[in-house]
Amino acid sequence: MAARKPVRWHIAVFLAPAVAVYTAIMIVPLFGTLLQSLFNTDGQGGRMFVGLRNFATLFGDALWSRQFWNALGNNAWFFVVHMLVQNPIGVALAAILSTPRLRMAAFYRTAIFIPTILSFVIVGFVWKLILSPIWGIAPGMLDMVGLKSLFAPWLGKEEYALTTLALVSVWQFVGIPMMLIYAALLSIPDEVIEAAEMDGITGMSQFWKIKLPLILPSIGIISILTFVGNFNAFDLIYVSQGALAGPDYSTDILGTFLYRTFFGFQLQLGDPYMGSAIAGAMFGIILVGVCLYLFGIQTRLRRYQF
Amino acid sequence: MTKTYRMALLTGTLLAGPALAESTLTIESWRNDDLAIWQETLIPAFEAAHPDIKVVFAPSAPAEYNAALNSKLAAGSAGDLITCRPFDASLELYNQGHLTDLSGLAAMANFSPVAKSAWQTDDGSATFCVPMASVIHGFIYNADAFAELGIEVPKTRDEFFAALDKIKADGTYIPMAMGTNDQWEAATMAYNNIGPNYWKGEEGRLALIKGEQKLTDEGWVAPFRELAKWKDYLGDGFEAQTYPDSQNLFTLGRAAIYPAGSWEISGFNTQAQFKMGAFPPPVAAEGDTCYISDHTDIGIGMNAKSPNPEAAKTFLEWVGSPEFATLYANALPGFFSLNSTPVEMADPLAKEFVSWRQKCQSTIRSTYQILSRGTPNLENETWNASANVIRGSETPEDAAKRLQEGLASWYEPQK
Repeated sequence: MAARKPVRWHIAVFLAPAVAVYTAIMIVPLFGTLLQSLFNTDGQGGRMFVGLRNFATLFGDALWSRQFWNALGNNAWFFVVHMLVQNPIGVALAAILSTPRLRMAAFYRTAIFIPTILSFVIVGFVWKLILSPIWGIAPGMLDMVGLKSLFAPWLGKEEYALTTLALVSVWQFVGIPMMLIYAALLSIPDEVIEAAEMDGITGMSQFWKIKLPLILPSIGIISILTFVGNFNAFDLIYVSQGALAGPDYSTDILGTFLYRTFFGFQLQLGDPYMGSAIAGAMFGIILVGVCLYLFGIQTRLRRYQF
Repeated sequence: MTKTYRMALLTGTLLAGPALAESTLTIESWRNDDLAIWQETLIPAFEAAHPDIKVVFAPSAPAEYNAALNSKLAAGSAGDLITCRPFDASLELYNQGHLTDLSGLAAMANFSPVAKSAWQTDDGSATFCVPMASVIHGFIYNADAFAELGIEVPKTRDEFFAALDKIKADGTYIPMAMGTNDQWEAATMAYNNIGPNYWKGEEGRLALIKGEQKLTDEGWVAPFRELAKWKDYLGDGFEAQTYPDSQNLFTLGRAAIYPAGSWEISGFNTQAQFKMGAFPPPVAAEGDTCYISDHTDIGIGMNAKSPNPEAAKTFLEWVGSPEFATLYANALPGFFSLNSTPVEMADPLAKEFVSWRQKCQSTIRSTYQILSRGTPNLENETWNASANVIRGSETPEDAAKRLQEGLASWYEPQK
């Protein structure tokens, strides 16, 4: 008579705290918000089910859709700047840090990573001061190298403000891709590198031909983290440009649009139902992006087992 | 031994009970600048007369106040007393049942109907906040700079721009300290400051509410045209200049004129090392009737879910008294009491501002009553449009047309 497999209670017990906390603070509010986006006020202080009408307003009413597409477009540009600037610089820094001959690597690593742990409020405030046309050090520094004419009140110009803020965000977060890639580079076994050297592949070509293919999965993960982070961004814009995301909504991203709608601003009263609809749209965008990556790219990346 | 100790603890707890029974009132406010005045002047004066009531002033940042307050009220964690924004923001709180009807308060008799209008239902049947103060718009100038450059205080628009030209030509001072980064100054201290002279104060404002005038009419576009001319007189990089930047530029003596609200007075008095003066928005020709924005800005009401309604009402009666009016107006020069009893003020700059009430017609900001009820929100759109016009990225006509279209999209009388 074969003994029955004992029920493995300990698995459930160990999982329970994490599941409970995650459900309470993430899953329940998420579904609550999605559900709320299907309701609107009935005019008597209660709420009534309106189906997808909030979404129809958001995408169909010119007053709403113009703001939404503007925010989405700005958000896409915010993401593009991160992908084109933050991640390549992060990879490059990691490659430099992992060269054995570099002195004071630990110092550089820490110095570059520190902005990541600073509060958005500090980062936004400090950069606003640095770039201030009145008190800032940016005009003076440009003057020292004779490039004063290049200075503009970047945060106040429609054509530069968003890019400037995206670059500030890059400055703050470049440490994260750097650390992840650095860890991936360190995990490449010495045998592989030695074999490459035996075959005469050194220096730059060693990075391009040997190391880069091995860290591609990490770069993929960083891209998706950047995507999720950027489309949820809010703090930096709010701190430096306010909820109206000036000048002329040129720095308005989905997060600030959501905040303005959901909580209201100045004389504008909050509209939790339309706010939930925007939050639902943001969730959808991020979900689609992540799925495209997971099923379209991640599964095709070749992995190497050592 | 342990038992005695426990008994002592228990007795201590029991004795502490009655001492805590006095009620504590918490005031929600956006005036974090006034913290010291409440703690050092106003609250001690009240607590001296009412030793059984403790008052705590708990302000939050102005830009976050409305959102934070709405969330707190919805969650039931808001304070007993709510500082009221004028018009619709507070009306909505009353309609949602968060504010109590205070019409029965004896102190309400101390206020004129105009003063109360900012915190009443549309039919005037219920008043839900005790009016505290209004603010007046105008221009504060550096009197030393004016004397140095030999400039007379401008009365007409031509004199105003002539003065700005002269300051600019001299080059020592930035002619005018204002930026467009925060946007609201462009609407509040620029458009609604100079505007009443064009749309004839209450006449234009009420006509707009009734639908007899449109934002594309000359009276409403002309102020934008004047704002478009301001661009040349603002400091370098004004596009990225914030509100505190402008305040500092002026109080450090680097700018000659500051488009102001009277709430700046107390801050400027402590910061500025030079003599200051003030003038109302210049009119088209000498002798024209002048109009000023004398905006009912701040009131105080009672949270309907307050656990201490009696104590809160006692406090509100005191806020409505002449005693409070005198204390408040003198502690905060620039916040002018709405109490019918005349208040004697000591500050010369505040006296100058309040003297305009005698020679000019008063009005309130055009966007505040009724017109900012819908989406798009006219007040927020006016911030954006005014900032755009000053930066030169939108023409006055386009800005006015956009505002009118937005208003007409939801406001029945404008359709």
